[in-house]
Amino acid sequence: MAEQQETRERWGMVIDLDLCTGCNACVTACAMENNIPWVGEEEAGYGRNMFWIRVQRTWQGEYPEVSPAYQPVMCQQCGRAPCEPVCPVFATVHSEEEQINLQVYNRCIGTRYCANNCPYTARSFNWYDYTYQIPAPMNYYLNPSVTVRRRGVMEKCTFCVQRIHAGQEQARAAGRALQDGEVMPACAQACPADAIIFGDLSDPESRVSKAARSQRGTTLLEELGTQPKVTYLKGGGYYGG
Amino acid sequence: MAVEAQPVSPALNQPAREEETLREQLMFDPRPREELNRMVMESMHSTSPRYWIAVGVLAALVLVCLLGMWGYMIFTGMGIAGIRKPIYWGVFIVTFVFWIGISHAGTFVSAILRVFKAEFRRPFTRAAELMTTFGLAAGALYPLIHLGRVWVFYWMIPYPNARWLWPNFRSPLVWDFLAITTYLLSSTIYLYLPLLPDLAMARDRTQGWRHAIYKTLALGWRGTEAEWFRLRKAINIFAFAIIPVMFSVHTIVSWDFAVSQVGGWNSTIFGPYFIIGAILSGVSAVITILVVLRATLKHMDYFIRPEHLDALGKLVLVFSMAWAYFFFNDYLVSWYGGYEVTRKILTLHATGPTAWVWYCMLLFNVVIPWLTLWNRKIRRTPWAMFIITVFINVGMYFERYTIIPMTLGHQRFPFDWGEYSPRLPEISIAFGTLCLFILLYLLASRLIPLVPVWEVREGQEAHKVVRVGKTVVPSVSELE
Repeated sequence: MAEQQETRERWGMVIDLDLCTGCNACVTACAMENNIPWVGEEEAGYGRNMFWIRVQRTWQGEYPEVSPAYQPVMCQQCGRAPCEPVCPVFATVHSEEEQINLQVYNRCIGTRYCANNCPYTARSFNWYDYTYQIPAPMNYYLNPSVTVRRRGVMEKCTFCVQRIHAGQEQARAAGRALQDGEVMPACAQACPADAIIFGDLSDPESRVSKAARSQRGTTLLEELGTQPKVTYLKGGGYYGG
Repeated sequence: MAVEAQPVSPALNQPAREEETLREQLMFDPRPREELNRMVMESMHSTSPRYWIAVGVLAALVLVCLLGMWGYMIFTGMGIAGIRKPIYWGVFIVTFVFWIGISHAGTFVSAILRVFKAEFRRPFTRAAELMTTFGLAAGALYPLIHLGRVWVFYWMIPYPNARWLWPNFRSPLVWDFLAITTYLLSSTIYLYLPLLPDLAMARDRTQGWRHAIYKTLALGWRGTEAEWFRLRKAINIFAFAIIPVMFSVHTIVSWDFAVSQVGGWNSTIFGPYFIIGAILSGVSAVITILVVLRATLKHMDYFIRPEHLDALGKLVLVFSMAWAYFFFNDYLVSWYGGYEVTRKILTLHATGPTAWVWYCMLLFNVVIPWLTLWNRKIRRTPWAMFIITVFINVGMYFERYTIIPMTLGHQRFPFDWGEYSPRLPEISIAFGTLCLFILLYLLASRLIPLVPVWEVREGQEAHKVVRVGKTVVPSVSELE
């Protein structure tokens, strides 16, 4: 392991809210990439949808002068995550290698304590065996590099850890270092406005590091001391109309 | 100077009348040892058809409502319950906290009153301890019921395993697991120790299968001086040692909430607040059970008297006031904490769509006991006490409901706010554990002596009526 891992990446994300159009492409892409089940209209309406990323829409201003504000929120991959210490069986852990929070589905017993303790409501619970109910040809859409979760376990955004690993392996096979922008999670790839930037925060020259240092940058619920790895950029106005 | 002649007889009768009032107390109304034994044995042996119907119905309800529904939930998934994002804990955890609270006070009443040598405890210590054991049995199911994957629940137990992994000792759920197990074991031993002489008494007065059971359970108790000496010593050690265990259990249940990040949960007052709430609901439940036992079990009206309801009623009144104080404290510390989210949540408790739960909680926990329990006559009326204490327990259930789902629904992101209403499976399982509790109690009432005969007898021996001049003075000789 040691000779493979000379440098340790610290993966992070920046989301430019001034660019976000609220199109929900990230939600769709994430669902396809990560085998997130479709729970049906009724269940989703009841609050059972499983999306790892959601676009929060809020209204700004008073009635005639209203404008929508969109904010895609997913697991913030906290440096000091509230979900981690409360799990009785170490099913939600901090990974040494990628420096993100990971959910070990096989180890989860479904106490749902982590979801209660997540201030970002970023976790979703498998209420039923959704994925096993997919009719026959539809199951070909499932991504083979992502575990299919069964009922009774918790899940959440992984920063597309399978893509991180694939990128690292490709770079290692080619005998070069991982380049900035080479690894891209599904949400960032799908974003038509290019509002989501992903990369290595430990490299001060990476695009994501520069964006995260922007004066427009802020993290969610900073006062809780969770040290999120996702930075939001917000200038407070429209650019270019 | 005219001296009015006083009628002589009432003055002379004064001590006699006082003695008559004293006779209302169990300790001053002694009966011969053999008769006490016979009464308790009869109470165990007499079963009416009504009793068997009740047992049958309750067993069927436990089978269908608890086991059937739970099995169905295991096979389909947690989705049949009403919980949803962001309210991941609902009626299951509410009922869990409720049962742990109930079980709290059985031992509290027994151990604390024993340590402080409160004499009125004698006839009902066992009834209270049984409540602890069965309350824990009902409550301890919930950490299993609410699991998404209950078939691997044993991963919470620290044991050397193929995963090479201990449970996460930083998680309050593991503390819960350990605290409840410790409490269940120690309270069962504490129930069993004072039972030994009574089991031996039952052994000597039964034949057949009952005799076989009591013979085994009595561990060859003969009543020698050495045995009594060791028994008293052991009971004494347990009575003291179980008090801190009891405190730890309910504070740990409160840490499930208080150590989290959830607004409205991370309150420093939760430890004592939960303990007082648990004692309030538990002592009320003791009264409810005593009233039912008195009405249904043979000879119980000799052992359980208005004086006991009176004394326990005073305790309930005091704890209701203490609960109200800590309830206010919860608002106080939250207000000084200055978190916007906590302020919003506490406001929403009283103004949100399910605010009626919050108002009922205050009505049942504060208004009803404060209006009624100051009155000696009400405290000594069994049916009134039954109604009041049932109300208090409903109120305490609502308190937990306010703390758990009503708080989880309104956290820091308004986009995710949600309302929760329990669905049939949750209600059914909660009702099922209530049936389980009553069923276990019904069965136990015919299997083990519900009144600690030797303790009553010991108390009656120690209590004497002494005439000092013209007055009657009750006296207790120091025991132990």
